[in-house]
Amino acid sequence: MEEKNIQPVMAQELETSSFRLISTLGLAGFFSGLVLVGAFLFTRPIIAANRAQALQEAIFKVLPGCASFRTIELREGRLVMVEEGAPEPREGEEVRRIYAGYNDKGKLIGFAITGEEPGYQDLIVAIFGYNPRKEVVVGFEVLESKETPGLGDKIMKDPAFLSNFRALAVEPPVKVVPKGEKKKDNEIEAITGATISSKAVGRLLEKSLIEWRPLIGEYWKEYKKEGD
Amino acid sequence: MDQPTTIEKSRTAEEFLKGIWKENPVFVAVLGMCPVLAVTNTAINSLAMGLATTFVLFFSSLLVSSLRNVIPKQVRITTFIIIIATFVTVVDFMLAAIVPQVHKELGAFIALIVVNCLILGRQEAFASKNSIRLALADALGMSLGFTFALLCIGVVREVLGSGSLFNVSLFGAGFEPWVIMIMPPGGFFTLGFLLLFFNWLQKRRREKSKGDRQATQYEEAREFL
Repeated sequence: MEEKNIQPVMAQELETSSFRLISTLGLAGFFSGLVLVGAFLFTRPIIAANRAQALQEAIFKVLPGCASFRTIELREGRLVMVEEGAPEPREGEEVRRIYAGYNDKGKLIGFAITGEEPGYQDLIVAIFGYNPRKEVVVGFEVLESKETPGLGDKIMKDPAFLSNFRALAVEPPVKVVPKGEKKKDNEIEAITGATISSKAVGRLLEKSLIEWRPLIGEYWKEYKKEGD
Repeated sequence: MDQPTTIEKSRTAEEFLKGIWKENPVFVAVLGMCPVLAVTNTAINSLAMGLATTFVLFFSSLLVSSLRNVIPKQVRITTFIIIIATFVTVVDFMLAAIVPQVHKELGAFIALIVVNCLILGRQEAFASKNSIRLALADALGMSLGFTFALLCIGVVREVLGSGSLFNVSLFGAGFEPWVIMIMPPGGFFTLGFLLLFFNWLQKRRREKSKGDRQATQYEEAREFL
């Protein structure tokens, strides 16, 4: 096997035809494509299931008492429930979605809403639970963030900060205040040393609520009417 | 294939071992610094990156070595890159399917394995010129050496920076973590100290062998007289 390498290099280079070069690359590309399509088809359902599970876990976390959820889509200015088993939106397709959570008796208990806002480092993506009957935020969870470890990333796990979102009033609009100065139900106590990240969370909630609250209000009214 | 002779066997072992210690890709050759600095903030991330690189290097070397007499010299680099990129994409899909959390944390750095010069370097310098047996020994040795180096850095950074190892808390609540160790500067500090240590080891070994040589020369000279 080793001997073949000792062939004079020049001769080999002169002998190689253009066709051989092109066909080598063509074949390499062809087999690479086959392998990639195979790997993609094999892993796609697993990756989709992982994503769905992560979303489901987050929804159950931010909506205490939630037992099941349905996806709701914004279509022509109003919220419409997405049919069960409807195909996932294609990549690049702009769809605005929130999730309606139901308790074990099948009653609508709240909505899980995702939002994003620039933090100290990069976009913070988060999901929060909103109870339209009491008009309060009932849970909050960061889905993605690159905030500074040890400081800004406390928005993900600091129990004192997360306790802000057990029953956060949304009217008047939520406000971020320094630690120890929370007096009203609509105020979020910031994390000392992570004011920028805390304020980003405040803005995230405020912006999403401005966008979704009126829509949810209408949806909620209709739901109540049907229920009566 | 014929049964490997003893010489071949010892050569295989040699090619395997060199990557782990004597020619360690990180501590000696200082290759692949991008993942070495960027994803070694925890032991788990380091291990995942090391194993992903192992997978890519192993299969790329296998393919490049088996096709080494088929691939024309003029298009060899392009072909190597197609082979490497294919395995990187496969490992990217696999990590997303098996360990989504780790995949999320490693992010773009998995795709960047394509440009890890350790991998293309081994194809060009070794796999394309040697038998499959030697190429695989070399690939395994190099990638284990790479994984070992990543783990060394990851363990130091996680223990100091988070007070835990493989997510298991070590010191209890009283420990104030050195947050800087899990941030980018911590990567440079740790790598710097480890490189210092390895250079010191090498220097010591060199001096020792020089000393031995001098001693034998002295003895020889005495005998001659």
